[in-house]
Amino acid sequence: MILVFCELKDGQIRKPSAEALSEGRRLADASGKKLGALFAGASCAGAAEAAKFGADVILTAEGPSLASYSSDAFATVLADAVKAKGATVLLAAATAVGKDVLPRAAARLGAGYASDVTGLSMVDGKLQAVRPVYAGKAFATTSFASAVQTATTRPNVFPAAEKAGAGATEALAAPAGDFKSVVKEILAKASGKVDLSEANVIVSGGRGMKDGANFKILEELADALGGVVGASRAAVDAGWGLPHSMQVGQTGKVVSPTLYIACGISGAIQHIAGMSGSKFIVAINKDPEAPIFKLANYGIVGDLFEVVPELTKAAKAMGIGSN
Amino acid sequence: MKILVALKQVPDTETKIKVAADGKSLDPADVKWITSPYDEYALEEAIRLKEGKGAEVVALSVGSDASKDVLKNALALGADSAVLLKGEGQGDPYAVAQVIAAYAKDKGFDLILCGNKGLGGDNAAMGPMLAELLGVAQANVIVKLELGDGTFKAEREIEGGSEIVEGALPAVITAQKGLNEPRYASLKGIMAAKKKTIEELDAAAVTTAAQVSALALPPERPAGRLLQGDAAQQAQALLQALKDEAKVF
Ligand SMILES: Cc1cc2nc3c(=O)[nH]c(=O)nc-3n(C[C@H](O)[C@H](O)[C@H](O)COP(=O)(O)OP(=O)(O)OC[C@H]3O[C@@H](n4cnc5c(N)ncnc54)[C@H](O)[C@@H]3O)c2cc1C
Ligand SMILES: Cc1cc2nc3c(=O)[nH]c(=O)nc-3n(C[C@H](O)[C@H](O)[C@H](O)COP(=O)(O)OP(=O)(O)OC[C@H]3O[C@@H](n4cnc5c(N)ncnc54)[C@H](O)[C@@H]3O)c2cc1C
Repeated sequence: MILVFCELKDGQIRKPSAEALSEGRRLADASGKKLGALFAGASCAGAAEAAKFGADVILTAEGPSLASYSSDAFATVLADAVKAKGATVLLAAATAVGKDVLPRAAARLGAGYASDVTGLSMVDGKLQAVRPVYAGKAFATTSFASAVQTATTRPNVFPAAEKAGAGATEALAAPAGDFKSVVKEILAKASGKVDLSEANVIVSGGRGMKDGANFKILEELADALGGVVGASRAAVDAGWGLPHSMQVGQTGKVVSPTLYIACGISGAIQHIAGMSGSKFIVAINKDPEAPIFKLANYGIVGDLFEVVPELTKAAKAMGIGSN
Repeated sequence: MKILVALKQVPDTETKIKVAADGKSLDPADVKWITSPYDEYALEEAIRLKEGKGAEVVALSVGSDASKDVLKNALALGADSAVLLKGEGQGDPYAVAQVIAAYAKDKGFDLILCGNKGLGGDNAAMGPMLAELLGVAQANVIVKLELGDGTFKAEREIEGGSEIVEGALPAVITAQKGLNEPRYASLKGIMAAKKKTIEELDAAAVTTAAQVSALALPPERPAGRLLQGDAAQQAQALLQALKDEAKVF
C-alpha cells in the first residue's frame, strides 16, 4: 500500500495534501498498489473527501489526545499505520506539519526520507524521488535502500486530480497521551491568505521598493491577481517592518508559484535560488542589465512605481483574478 | 546543563554548482565552504544559554578533516569543546542522525541544537530523526526558545504565523533565522580556540536508507521577452501575454 498522511483544515483536505494524495494515486496505479489516506486529529470530519482523490482506504486516528499537534504523537500514528497496513511508501505534503512529522516517523521505521520532492516515480517496486538541492541550483535523484520509503511533496508542483476511489473507512487507535512535546497555542494566524510556499501567484518587492509603506502597491496588484506578496532579503533586512516569513530565497522561503513577479529585485543568486522553480517569471526593473532579466519569461524595463499601478488597473479592467 | 550543537559544513551560497564526473556528487573544485547559516543560529543560542545560565557547550560535526574549520570557528565563538565524527560518505540525513545518536546517547545532553536545514542538502530532516533515535522531544524551525526546569517553550514558524510548542528536556531544537543575531569571533576567542583541540572519533557504522544516485543541473529557462511601450502599454501587453501565451489566468 501507498499511504498518504493528509491534513484537514475547516473540515476540508488541505490543497497540498490533495496534491500528495493525487500523486499517491498515480504511483499506486503505476505499481499496482492500493492507496490509503491517513488522517489524525480530535475529529477527522471531512476525511471522506479523500475518496475523490482516489483513496481506496481512508484511515482515521481520532481522539482527544490528538487535538493539538504533537510531533511524537503524530509520528506514532503514522508509523503504526504503516506497520498495520504493511505500507511500503509513506507520503505527506511538505507543509510545516509534514516536514516535522515525516522524518520522525521515517526514523522510527528505519526508512529513508526525501524532503520537498518535485518528482516521484516507482522503479523496480521502490520509490525514487527527484528533489531540488542547493536551493534549486541542481536536482538530485534520491534512491532508496530501505524496505519503507518516505517523502514529502513540494506544494504547488503536483496537480491535484480528482479520481474516484473506493474510500472504505477504517478507524485506528489514537495514542494515549503523555507526549514529549505538544503545541500549546497558535499565534498570528494571518489574514486567511495562503502561505508563500503554497501560493499560485506571488508579487515580490526588493530594495527598489524604497520603503515598506510602498508595499501597498504590491498588495493591490497581488489582490487583483489573486496572489500574495513576498520580498527579497534586502527588503526584509532594510528595517521596513517586513517579517522574515515574507523572504524568498536561499535563506527564506523556496517557492514554486505559477507566476512570480519580481519588482525592484536585482536577481542575486540567493534570491533566484528561492524562486527559480516558478513556472513563469516576470521582472520589473529600471536597470536593463539586472540579472533577473536573464531568468524572466517576460521583462519590463521601467519604473515599478509607474508600471505596478498600471498592471493593477489593467488586471481589474480585464477581470483577471476574479474567477 | 550540557548542550550539543550539530554543525554542518556546506558550500557557500554563491557557489556555482558543477556536477562531478561520477554524475551524482558536487564537484568540490572552487567551492568555498562555510558553516551552514542556520547552524550559526543554533550555536549562538547555545552560547547565550551558557552566558545566561551556565552550560557546557559541545560542538559536533560529521564529515571529513575539512569540517575542522567549522569546529575551529565554533571554538572561537565560545564552544567549550569540539568533536569531529569522521566518516567517508556522510550519506543521507538518516545516516547522519544515526552517527550523532550513537555518539550522544550516553553523554547526558539536556539540549541538542541543530539548524532547521542544512543549506544545500535542504532535507530539514536530521533534527527530527535524531530526536526519534534518542527518544526525546523535538521542536523544529524555532525563532524563540525559553528553558524552564526540565522543560522548554519554543516558538515555531508555520504557514502564515507561528505556534508555541512546549515539551520536556532533553530535546532536539532546530534553529530558524530570527532566533538570534549570531556574533562574530573576537580576537581573544580565536586565540583561545588555538589552544583547544578537536576530538576526532570514527563515525559509527550505520545503515544508509537513501542516497543520491544522480545530480543534474536544472534545464535552461527559455529566453525571455521584453515588453515595449509606455507603462500602460507594457502592463497591458504583459497581462495579455500571461493570459494568451502562458495561460496563467
Ligand atoms: C548567506 C546569504 C544568504 C542570502 N539569502 C537571501 C535570500 O534568501 N533571499 C534574498 O532575496 N537575498 C538573499 N541574500 C542577499 C542577496 O545576496 C542580495 O543582497 C539581495 O537578494 C538583494 O535584494 P534586492 O534585489 O532587493 O536588492 P538590490 O540588489 O539592491 O536590487 C534592487 C533592484 O531594484 C531596482 N530598482 C530600484 N529602483 C527601482 C524602480 N523605481 N523601479 C524598478 N526597479 C528599481 C534596481 O535596478 C535593482 O536591480 C543572501 C545573501 C547571503 C550572503
Ligand atoms: C546532491 C548531494 C550529494 C551528496 N553526496 C554526498 C556524498 O557523496 N558524500 C557525502 O559525504 N555527503 C554527501 N552529501 C551530503 C549528505 O547527503 C548530507 O550530509 C545529508 O543528506 C544531510 O544533509 P542535509 O543538509 O540535507 O540535512 P538536514 O536534515 O537539512 O540538516 C539539518 C541539520 O542537521 C545537522 N546536520 C546535518 N548534517 C550534519 C553533519 N554532517 N554534521 C553535523 N550536523 C549535521 C545540522 O545542524 C543541520 O542544520 C550529498 C548531498 C547532496 C545534496
